[in-house]
Amino acid sequence: MISDVVLRDDPTFGPEVQIDYPGYRSTRLRVPTRPLVPSPEELHSLEGPVFGDELVEPGDGDLTAQHAGEPLGERIVVGGRVLDENGRPAPGALVEVWQANAAGRYRHEVDRHPAPLDPNFSGAGRVLTDDEGNYRFVTIKPGAYPWGNHENAWRPAHIHFSVFGRAFTQRLVTQMYFPGDPLFAYDPIFNSVRDPKARALLVASFDLATTEPDRALAYRWDIILRATPFEDGP
Amino acid sequence: MIRTPSQTVGPFYAIGLCRRAENELVHGGIPLTGSLLDGEGEPVTDGLIEVWDPVDRRWGRSGTDSDGVFSFVVAKPRARGADAPHLLVFVFARGLLRHQLTRIYFPDEREANTADPVLSSLEELDRTRLVAEHDDGGLRFDIHLQGELETIFFST
Ligand SMILES: [Fe+2]
Repeated sequence: MISDVVLRDDPTFGPEVQIDYPGYRSTRLRVPTRPLVPSPEELHSLEGPVFGDELVEPGDGDLTAQHAGEPLGERIVVGGRVLDENGRPAPGALVEVWQANAAGRYRHEVDRHPAPLDPNFSGAGRVLTDDEGNYRFVTIKPGAYPWGNHENAWRPAHIHFSVFGRAFTQRLVTQMYFPGDPLFAYDPIFNSVRDPKARALLVASFDLATTEPDRALAYRWDIILRATPFEDGP
Repeated sequence: MIRTPSQTVGPFYAIGLCRRAENELVHGGIPLTGSLLDGEGEPVTDGLIEVWDPVDRRWGRSGTDSDGVFSFVVAKPRARGADAPHLLVFVFARGLLRHQLTRIYFPDEREANTADPVLSSLEELDRTRLVAEHDDGGLRFDIHLQGELETIFFST
């Protein structure tokens, strides 16, 4: 049965997901079937929107400090750099995250997983990267959760990320996973990235150096966007 | 370096991406609404639409509601070069492992639309479908992910 949801690795896919990956059932009625029309060249020189500090409110970077009490779960720091594929940092990039709580439940009306909500956890944050492209969140480690994709399907623990780079073509929505998760082999969303080298970029590394001693463990995850199509400055 | 691959926005993005209303590209502009539909014509109730004005770098986003409907307030972008005024549209949804790009043109720009290099490279039916319709004082633009009316999507 698992062979239906997880295809063999195929490095020829490169960094792209296989958008019609058959094991992920929701693709079937939703993935467009006609060939993409090439966009004009100008698309690649288009700059994205500029986000200012007013978008980020105090507390948006600390998901453990948004309520009267602290959420249950393993406190963690998640941080890294937003870079482009040539290693150029993306300063001022809007990075947004959302995630399940430690029990694997989202604070969303459609989530019917019978695991408890945590009154002290909303599960959402947003920050802007600094001048070197660094971002940092404090949160709790999300739990794995079941979903209806196939019999006994469970998503590996993950944090959803949305990133705006400087260019329109750098827009990225993705998910960050935790190292060594035993559910990787059974998850069609993770395995829709067929090249194992590219898939590895979805997995954070444990980072002892940035832990907060006696308080929080830390994971490092760099986000690599497509090449910035213009020089610095407007 | 290898790029970080895309993954689906999933069904629960609203807790992170729709905490504040961000669907007005301008104040007091033109209402723009539409439905996001799947291959059976059913509404996609967990889609996320982003609209970008490529000239003035305005941006907005709207989740789809329980009827698959998204809504924005937009202004017609300024004309630039040979291009007819248009908005760029990203579609995210559960089931889409990567976002899709399409374009919205304006129905009151017949002449400019006829001369637009992108529109004029398309078959007539597709060309017509990329032009929004007048609707109750605003604009309407439905997005079909699949099916007979499948929208034209563009490379990024
Ligand atoms: Fe999720």
